[in-house]
Amino acid sequence: MSSETTTTHHADAEHGDHEGMSKKRIMKVFWILLGITAIEFFVALVIAPKFPHAEWINPIYIVLTLFKAFYIVAFFMHLKFEKMGLIMAIVVPVLFIIGLILVLTNESHYWIDLRL
Amino acid sequence: MSTTVTQQIDEVKSTPWSGGRSPFNVEYGKMMMWFFLLSDAFTFSSLLISYGALRFSASTWPLASKVFQSFPGLIEKDAPLVFVGLMTLILILSSVTMVLAVEAGHRNSKKEVVRWMILTIVGGLMFLGCQALEWTHLHSEGFWWGSIPNDETLKEFFEGVTKIGNAEHLTSHQFANLFFTITGFHGFHVFSGVVINIIITVNVMIGTYAKRGSYLMIEKVGLYWHFVDLVWVFVFTFFYLV
Repeated sequence: MSSETTTTHHADAEHGDHEGMSKKRIMKVFWILLGITAIEFFVALVIAPKFPHAEWINPIYIVLTLFKAFYIVAFFMHLKFEKMGLIMAIVVPVLFIIGLILVLTNESHYWIDLRL
Repeated sequence: MSTTVTQQIDEVKSTPWSGGRSPFNVEYGKMMMWFFLLSDAFTFSSLLISYGALRFSASTWPLASKVFQSFPGLIEKDAPLVFVGLMTLILILSSVTMVLAVEAGHRNSKKEVVRWMILTIVGGLMFLGCQALEWTHLHSEGFWWGSIPNDETLKEFFEGVTKIGNAEHLTSHQFANLFFTITGFHGFHVFSGVVINIIITVNVMIGTYAKRGSYLMIEKVGLYWHFVDLVWVFVFTFFYLV
């Protein structure tokens, strides 16, 4: 038991120091964000004009955006290195937004029928 | 024997949620900043989802690659995404300088914190300047809350439309209102962030946090600043790319 307590305290101390983000890691995340943005530009300027009205373009943007959001929240905002309780307290409520998106997307399809 | 009993009782009470300690292991202000940002995330997603719903239900919509095709002051036409690309780069860079300020704070290096904070503030001001230029440009074309350009100008923004009808007028109005409201709300957050960053930087300079022995306040304003960057990532996708 005593060894368990020691490890917990050790982990707490490490957590308090916020060892997660070194300068090297910060720059790595920056290059990832820049790279994803560059891919988005490439899709928008080079690929999208070749396939007008393609339905698979927007999902690509959304997936890339979610990747960027993950890197900003997890590393820049340091959430990945917080306690699981805090991660859950922030991430789980955000999932409810997906519900609102589904409901209103469905609703908007009904609106377009009303307008036609 | 009595010691064994005490140890057992201690063991029962030592889990993170049995009280007597902070289960999230973050300082109060930082936790509250997270919860504020969560509520702000709901506000922004409500705005963006309303935009999505209105746009999904519209039969036509002004093309982003036509509305945002100029680099104000330099290129008038046919440069889609260039200006907003610059704005995105500025905001990501200012996010990086903010993390570097937090990192310097962990090493208690006052001089470096001040340097990175000033760069972050400069980035924020540059972003606001770019946004002011873009708003001015759109306003000069005729877009504003509740107002849209004349039919001749509008025709450029719709693909394959020969005559501007009611549908085009309606969606242009919706586009104008939503664009200025959402980017305005985001710009207001950037502005607040710059003001907060300036206050905190002055505090760093006069040694408030050195005296306190911790630069945790930099982390809290950092969270806010990254959130502003995070919202921009979504605004950028849904207004300029989609």
